[in-house]
Amino acid sequence: MITFIPRDKVSKNWIIIAPILSIVFTIFFGLLIFTFLGYNPLETLYQIFVSPFSRIDRISDILVKACPLIIIGTGLMLCFKSNVWNIGAEGQFIMGALLAGFIALSFPNIETKFFLLITILAGFVGGALWAFIPAILKTKLNVNEILVSLMLVYVAMLFIDFIVRGPLRDPMSFGFPLSKPYPDGALINKIPFPGIGFLGQLHYGILFVLLLIPVSWIFVNKTLGGFKINVLGSAPQAAKFAGFKQNSITITVLLLSGGLAGVAGVIEVSANIGQLQPEVSFGYGFTAIIVAFLGRLTPVGILFAGIIIATVKLGADNAQMTMGIPKVVTGLFEGILLFFLLTGETLQKYKIKWSEGKK
Amino acid sequence: MIKFCMRIFSLIALSISVLFFVISSTFAGSPTKVGFVYLTTPGDHGWTYAHELGKQMVEKRFGKDVKVSVVENVPEGPDATRVIRELAKQGNEIIFTTSFGYMEPTLKVAKEFPNVKFEHITGYKRSKNVATGNIRFYEGRYIQGVVAGLMTKTNKIGYIGAYPIAEVIMGINAFAQGLKSVNKDASISVIWANTWYDPVKEADAAKVHIAEGADVLAQHTDSPAMLQIAEKNGAMGFGQSTDMSAFAPKAQLFASINNWGPYYIKKIEELRNGKWNTGDGPNHWPGNVWGGIKSDMLVISKFQNMPANVAQKAQEALDGIKTGKINIFAGPLIDNTGKEIIPAGKALDDGALWGMNYYLQGVNGKVPG
Repeated sequence: MITFIPRDKVSKNWIIIAPILSIVFTIFFGLLIFTFLGYNPLETLYQIFVSPFSRIDRISDILVKACPLIIIGTGLMLCFKSNVWNIGAEGQFIMGALLAGFIALSFPNIETKFFLLITILAGFVGGALWAFIPAILKTKLNVNEILVSLMLVYVAMLFIDFIVRGPLRDPMSFGFPLSKPYPDGALINKIPFPGIGFLGQLHYGILFVLLLIPVSWIFVNKTLGGFKINVLGSAPQAAKFAGFKQNSITITVLLLSGGLAGVAGVIEVSANIGQLQPEVSFGYGFTAIIVAFLGRLTPVGILFAGIIIATVKLGADNAQMTMGIPKVVTGLFEGILLFFLLTGETLQKYKIKWSEGKK
Repeated sequence: MIKFCMRIFSLIALSISVLFFVISSTFAGSPTKVGFVYLTTPGDHGWTYAHELGKQMVEKRFGKDVKVSVVENVPEGPDATRVIRELAKQGNEIIFTTSFGYMEPTLKVAKEFPNVKFEHITGYKRSKNVATGNIRFYEGRYIQGVVAGLMTKTNKIGYIGAYPIAEVIMGINAFAQGLKSVNKDASISVIWANTWYDPVKEADAAKVHIAEGADVLAQHTDSPAMLQIAEKNGAMGFGQSTDMSAFAPKAQLFASINNWGPYYIKKIEELRNGKWNTGDGPNHWPGNVWGGIKSDMLVISKFQNMPANVAQKAQEALDGIKTGKINIFAGPLIDNTGKEIIPAGKALDDGALWGMNYYLQGVNGKVPG
């Protein structure tokens, strides 16, 4: 039997040493695996960690990839901090994109970019409504929100599938499941840099992230709402005695995280796809769970965690393009990285105690 | 002064690098760089594996004259745009994007790299530097229909479709035409898997078909799961995209094999000779390749696990398609609600095939959506 016992005091040194050790272990095992499989280990590590930063347009690709992860992760942070386990951000992302897409396609000739405010708001509402279902079931009937939110992901996937094959299918698409292209007013443009032009796919959606990080930091650290969330998560009894209404906090954090996931969906589709298709998310909602925890449930941490995860994903693609390393191998390496990072963090807070199991 | 020197210096550096670039690109024997984007991994033993075999033919044919880069497991969306752009940036001269969902990403990147040639597989949008390629899969399905009609004892055929799109529906209808030509009593039931590749779902669909009495199964999904279930339950079926007899030595009647190699080789050769083009005009029709049995892009594996007379009928159908004697969608065509699609003496053209949203006689139920 292994039991984890909380440490009385978290050593300040270990806060710095633990992540470094995790990285060292990751690199060591990475070298071992790549060598064993017959790839040049140093070049592989270079491709995964360094090559994504080797050109300015590649850096912008990292930001584009990290953008939805950070937005969703920030919303999930609010849930996880207050011990509400929203696993269904993927579905909320899809429903946000879908509601915004429905509105965008209803005004085929609109050109003004102010229209984006409406579609983004629609995305928030779509995602929030989808998260409202587990919220209301949890607070009224005490139904487990993990199960409900997760299962609603599959409902959302099938729903968007149905919509783009049926009601919103472009009649000119030869029967393929695609909606019409969005009107100009619903598209998020790429950012033109004077003298350089576009940098990869870097788009204005990134501004939302730049806004979101400070706002969420202030909300969590400087407002009563953020305080309530913190207390509810770390000391539920204290929250009860303080008279905080647990149900209303639960509903609020679910609505906020669902809404943010929905906004991420709108930004992703409006900036990078430009129409509705059966698949719009590619697992962002699930990856963002890792991002939230890797970022230690803090806004700034999530910003960096999103960038790390995005970097490794792009690095894996580069390793494949230049060295022919299959995705399964780089996926294994990603797993090792997460394992050591999370182990390091856990061991920093907990002691392991080995005890004999009862016979 | 310093600024001036810097300018001169950078000018010299620039001209040297341009010179090197020119030399390196005109240097005789410099390999043509070719990029491939795969939807899944070659381990799917179906769609992507067939492309992998085509890629290997390219490497075998050109040897050191080509340098191939492959990216697998690329989802159809923004990731595809990024990966295709990256391949173009790395100097690949021709890039094959091997799934329908790469259509918009391919066109988007193609606009940014007018000197790179793009080959999008199974799309319908072309441009000055985007050509399209596809296989007449339905020709193989007609032969499957003939064999199924002669082999079935229960007169129930189970068909697993991926998505109700024109490409899959024309396959079902071609199968129905083959079936009808030898057996008027048999009918086809369709289960939609709503995925191109998911061995678990495909296996479940196969089990349902068998439980409902089907003894011959066909699929328009990618994994060998259906044939494995058929093998276990004493049913028969057809391999998809690649020869799957290794997975079902007793159940596979034959496989329709996607043979992309000749098409890849032809296009790369055109590029190397400076002959690659998609023609003028709004649709760039000359840039479209839709080859079938005749042009060797669809290959029928050997007929097995069937009596000699059935194999002979199958061979006749194969020859008929090859010589053009059999026109699979020649009228009179009547859909399964009794409506006439096209009268006797006429035949559906390619455009009408891509507009198919109905089942012909011999198929049960109706097209969803």
